[in-house]
Amino acid sequence: MFFYIIKRILQVIPVIIGVTLILFLLMYVIPEDPARLILQKGATEEALQNLRVKMGIDKPLYVQYWRYMTQLAKGDLGTSYRYRRPVDSILADHYPNSIKLAIAAILIEIIIGLVAGIISAVKKYSFWDILVTVSTTLAVCIPVFWLGMMMQVVFGLKLGWLPMSGMGDGSLRYYILPAVTLASVSTAFVARMTRSSMLEVMSNDYITTAYAKGLSQFKVIGKHALKNALIPVVTLIGLDLGALMGGAILTETVFSWPGVGRTIYLAILQRDAPVVIGGTLVLVLIFVFINLIVDVTYAWLDPRIRYEKKEVNV
Amino acid sequence: MENISEIDELTTEKKYSRSSLYKDAWRRLRRNKLAMLGLAIVIILILIAIFAPLIAPYDPIERIKKDSSLSPGKAYFFGTDLLGRDIFSRVIYGSRISIEVGIVAVGISVVIGLFFGALSGYFGGISDIAIMRMADIFFAFPYILGAIAIMTVLGPGIVNIFIAIGILGWASFARIFRGSILSIKNKEYIEAARALGANNYRIITKHIFPNSMAPIIVYATMNVGVAIIVEAALSFLGLGVQPPTPSWGKMLAESLDYIDIAPWMMLFPGLAIVITVLGFVLLGDGLRDAFDPKLK
Repeated sequence: MFFYIIKRILQVIPVIIGVTLILFLLMYVIPEDPARLILQKGATEEALQNLRVKMGIDKPLYVQYWRYMTQLAKGDLGTSYRYRRPVDSILADHYPNSIKLAIAAILIEIIIGLVAGIISAVKKYSFWDILVTVSTTLAVCIPVFWLGMMMQVVFGLKLGWLPMSGMGDGSLRYYILPAVTLASVSTAFVARMTRSSMLEVMSNDYITTAYAKGLSQFKVIGKHALKNALIPVVTLIGLDLGALMGGAILTETVFSWPGVGRTIYLAILQRDAPVVIGGTLVLVLIFVFINLIVDVTYAWLDPRIRYEKKEVNV
Repeated sequence: MENISEIDELTTEKKYSRSSLYKDAWRRLRRNKLAMLGLAIVIILILIAIFAPLIAPYDPIERIKKDSSLSPGKAYFFGTDLLGRDIFSRVIYGSRISIEVGIVAVGISVVIGLFFGALSGYFGGISDIAIMRMADIFFAFPYILGAIAIMTVLGPGIVNIFIAIGILGWASFARIFRGSILSIKNKEYIEAARALGANNYRIITKHIFPNSMAPIIVYATMNVGVAIIVEAALSFLGLGVQPPTPSWGKMLAESLDYIDIAPWMMLFPGLAIVITVLGFVLLGDGLRDAFDPKLK
């Protein structure tokens, strides 16, 4: 187990170097001249040169990348072109709101996804099963931002049940529409995965034995089937955070939710690349670390993983 | 040269298995009603995109001021937007962008993926390790986030969308192709071809390639749907196709401020996206079941 964890952590290092390298190239190398972008038209050549020296972009690439990485290690994501403020402090103001929304979405994903998947598996081919299958297929095809807009019209505008946008006083009512929107695709995946995983587990002999012992369906499913069926589902929920983060930009934009996603969107409109790239970097790094944690937890839950990986070495 | 043509004759396994694999798959696909529905949607959509000028009753960018923000009716099936443009015509023309992005961007991913997948799976060794680690890096980017980062730097525009989505998608194709190569590269007919003097290029293109296309076709079909959603998202965020070119995502972005006074502006482009993506997803699911009935 110890060696597996070490191996997995070592594997993350090249990924982090690669991710930061790509974003570094996007930020500092591909745009023609970042100095010109910041100072815009009318700047004297001297002012431009001064800024280039100050930013270090007159140095060779590897020196620049090293500088970027050492700054990053200190939590420095660069300076916003627009506000001349450090990107990390701009983002930091909005993290709590995004995290709260993500937690609400994960709760919905777990509750609705699991219940729908379990019902669908236990009552295979029933009306409920078909309903779950159809709605999960559709959910994957609906762009999250359009779903959000539709819900705004129906529940906010026509029925007037829920607020259409913003965070208001931060009460639960404000969370419902954006959280359901953000959770939609992931909930569909969880429901599908739970269904197929449950069906697989329920065809096992020990489930038949449990029934033969005279246990009630509730006990067989709750005590025997669910526990084993949940392992892949837990992984999926962990990995789905990536989709959740990509979706956050769209959801927060539609609902004017004051989170990191909306900050990135506003920065896109203002062509403020350091904020977009810095925000993306943070989200990707969070995703990579969650992946690592999920993998290690998975290996701990199911010892077969550790050995399989060793043999196949994929 | 004689030897090589002989190989092709000797490895008739390839010829037969290929034709019967695709024939069998088509037979199974035809029996799958949902897959046929998906195929029908895809074909109709491509026809709509090709014949858009014949189908659309109005010019999609023409502004008819006196008819602005009309609700759906006889003159304008889907209503008009605030600038007085016909939404039906815009939705019809919008299919062009979606189909173009879906096919070209996924095409780019497939080409890059096959190239690296072949290097990785066939030659193994250092190139395999390097390419697979590179793939890991790309897997670390959630699709939309990666596309947003690239588009912010490259700037909006359809060619840049092709590049952004195309580059982000290669890793999955490389991994799938590598997997298929590993599973067939030691089969007897490959060894036979090699023994008869076929070079690596010939083995890959003539023997390995046709025999490992099935999973690539399935995944590419499904990915077209994903690419269409990503394009819509990028255009929605203002990073995609620029106005006045009609794109479904851009139309949704334009409708955002008017959902209370003109909700039809957002209804139809959204439905168009859902139906299109559904078509590719159903077809992709059907193809997967058709190529590999065991998976069902």
